Amino acid sequence: MRNFASRHPGWSIVILLVAAALIWSIFAIWPKGLVDVIGRKKVFLNALFNGITLGGLYFLVASGFTLIFGLMRNVNLAHGSLYLLGGYIGYFVASSTGYWLLAFPVAFVLVAAVGILMQIFIFRRMEGQDLRQTLVTIGISIVMADLMLWGFGGDFYNITPPSWLSGPMETLLVTGVKRSSGDLIYLKYPVVRVVIFLASVVIGIAMWLILNRTQIGMMIRAGVDDRDMLSATGARIQLVFVGVFAFGAGLAGIAGVVGGTFQSVAPGEDIRFLLASLVVVIVGGMGSITGAALGALLIGLAEQFGSVYFPTYAVVLTFLIMVLVLAFRPQGLMGRS
Amino acid sequence: MAITESNTLPRTNSGQRKVWFERIPASYWVVGIALLIMPAFASDFALYQVFGWTFILGMISLSLMFLGGYGGMVSLVQMSIAGLAGYMVAIFGDSAITDISMGWPWYIAIPLALIVAMLFGTIVGSLAVRTEGIYTIMITLAVAAAFFYFTRQNYIIFNGFSGFNGVLPPELFGVDWRQSKPFYYLTLFWAAVAYFSVLYVSRAPFGLALQGVRDNPRRMAALGYSVNAHRIAAYAFAALIAGTGGILLTWQSAQISPGTAGIGPAIDILVIAVIGGMRRPAGPFIGAFIYVLLKTFAIDVLLSVGLSGERFQLLIGLGFLAIVFFSPDGLLGLWDRWQEFRKRDPLLDRGEGPL
Repeated sequence: MRNFASRHPGWSIVILLVAAALIWSIFAIWPKGLVDVIGRKKVFLNALFNGITLGGLYFLVASGFTLIFGLMRNVNLAHGSLYLLGGYIGYFVASSTGYWLLAFPVAFVLVAAVGILMQIFIFRRMEGQDLRQTLVTIGISIVMADLMLWGFGGDFYNITPPSWLSGPMETLLVTGVKRSSGDLIYLKYPVVRVVIFLASVVIGIAMWLILNRTQIGMMIRAGVDDRDMLSATGARIQLVFVGVFAFGAGLAGIAGVVGGTFQSVAPGEDIRFLLASLVVVIVGGMGSITGAALGALLIGLAEQFGSVYFPTYAVVLTFLIMVLVLAFRPQGLMGRS
Repeated sequence: MAITESNTLPRTNSGQRKVWFERIPASYWVVGIALLIMPAFASDFALYQVFGWTFILGMISLSLMFLGGYGGMVSLVQMSIAGLAGYMVAIFGDSAITDISMGWPWYIAIPLALIVAMLFGTIVGSLAVRTEGIYTIMITLAVAAAFFYFTRQNYIIFNGFSGFNGVLPPELFGVDWRQSKPFYYLTLFWAAVAYFSVLYVSRAPFGLALQGVRDNPRRMAALGYSVNAHRIAAYAFAALIAGTGGILLTWQSAQISPGTAGIGPAIDILVIAVIGGMRRPAGPFIGAFIYVLLKTFAIDVLLSVGLSGERFQLLIGLGFLAIVFFSPDGLLGLWDRWQEFRKRDPLLDRGEGPL
């Protein structure tokens, strides 16, 4: 942190100013002039929180993607299909048993199992052939998309969260003042989004801890740096590969349940989330978990603010960010060159 | 990864120079004559839908093959470039959307459309060459998606979701080019031009340098070649081919909409190139022919085995998987291997001579 500040004093000041402006705009009661220019504070706060929680969802999808890529150099373009599969599994588990929480472990285990099968039967056979692996994942995603369309139809499925999570929650943030009585109006926000965001933060921190503080994490990091040298030291690298692939796929499955609760499960969502995770990891930097978190937050915020303040080009905005990052920092914000 | 061009090069065993028509391989004569006399016995549907579409998709896929096979850059943006060229023809030329279309004559609209497509290809290329290998796939895929969403949202220039219809080819020489026979020859002509220009460029100094860049960029840089300039030039050349294909595609269906250049079609172009084979320019056309045949007749086949016709994507996906799994060089790769196998001496267990 101090390194960054001393190396880039200009950027540090800019970041500090932006952070200060953000904190002020979250906590202060907006003066009338500001409301006239950019609209009501409630809209702004909602966009901000939706962006952050959407970023949490993107992080869940993209972290598995970036982990698999970092270790195996395998761009798994079927990652979106795994996400969608998780969503369908989650929907059927949640609606048939009535336990929303049960959907998460079931989706994790089943999608991880699919990931293990893919790793053992397909990717292990073409290790080191990046391009061919990528092509195979494109084929898998085409086949899986059609199989799922066949099995589940083109309907929208919504996973309903349990009653203790539904409904809005009072927050301590003031959105305005009532004109008649002078009371403060507080922001109401859906509980389920907050809970899911907290859960994704917990998962993110747990991943970071596992990667940086445990033996397995050490092995994975060593594998990211030099695969051959790691296997030469006697580590059972194939096992690590299978484990990481399963974990990444399982995360996509969990993200599918989350996405089904936030939004809906439907054909086409696989491509959407594949693209989102692509953009997130390109912006954040390939193979870096912190990069995925930063990228996910950035893209989630851009998407939400975009859809509020310039609705027509909201989607294009995220790609614009990607192009800018590529132009000035091709390895991504947190990537190593 | 060296390409065995020697199969198609003339073999001058006797040392003396052959007459020009002797130097053309027999397969070219057969295929060329068959394609030229095709309209004599093929139905209008086959000419327009099957062959016309094959040549068009083959051209767009050829531009991908040129980048992927000779340049080592698999770009998924080729369909967007084709779509952009189609859009530009609709915008500068005539269409049913008279509010937007400018109605300029074809000799301005078409070159302008190709220039815009080339510019777009060059810009995307200069972004994409900052990355390598699989990153290129991801970035071009993302650009293709951005193009799709942008055209779908933008109503001022691209007319949003519905796009343009009524985009017709000019009635040059008093021929209605949308009739099946003229359209067949039109697409055949441009496909042939694209094919031979790729073949020519691949053996010209530029193409050879590009293949050198593909095989070892560092060595080429050390030899004084500008790696990135070659790659970006390759993108520009590929964009020209893709743009031509895109204009023809727009004329074929007389309309262009965001769905034409969506993410699905972009991936289909890659599928076509891979099925046919990415090593030689003939591959994309073979792949396109198979793709079009499947797309046209898969419904009947699927119905006959008791599946619903909607499972077309499944068939394509499984076929693609099988090809990638068993023959990374596509069908042409299978053909090469079979030829090699035939020439193999069973006693010596090696090839008789240099291939």
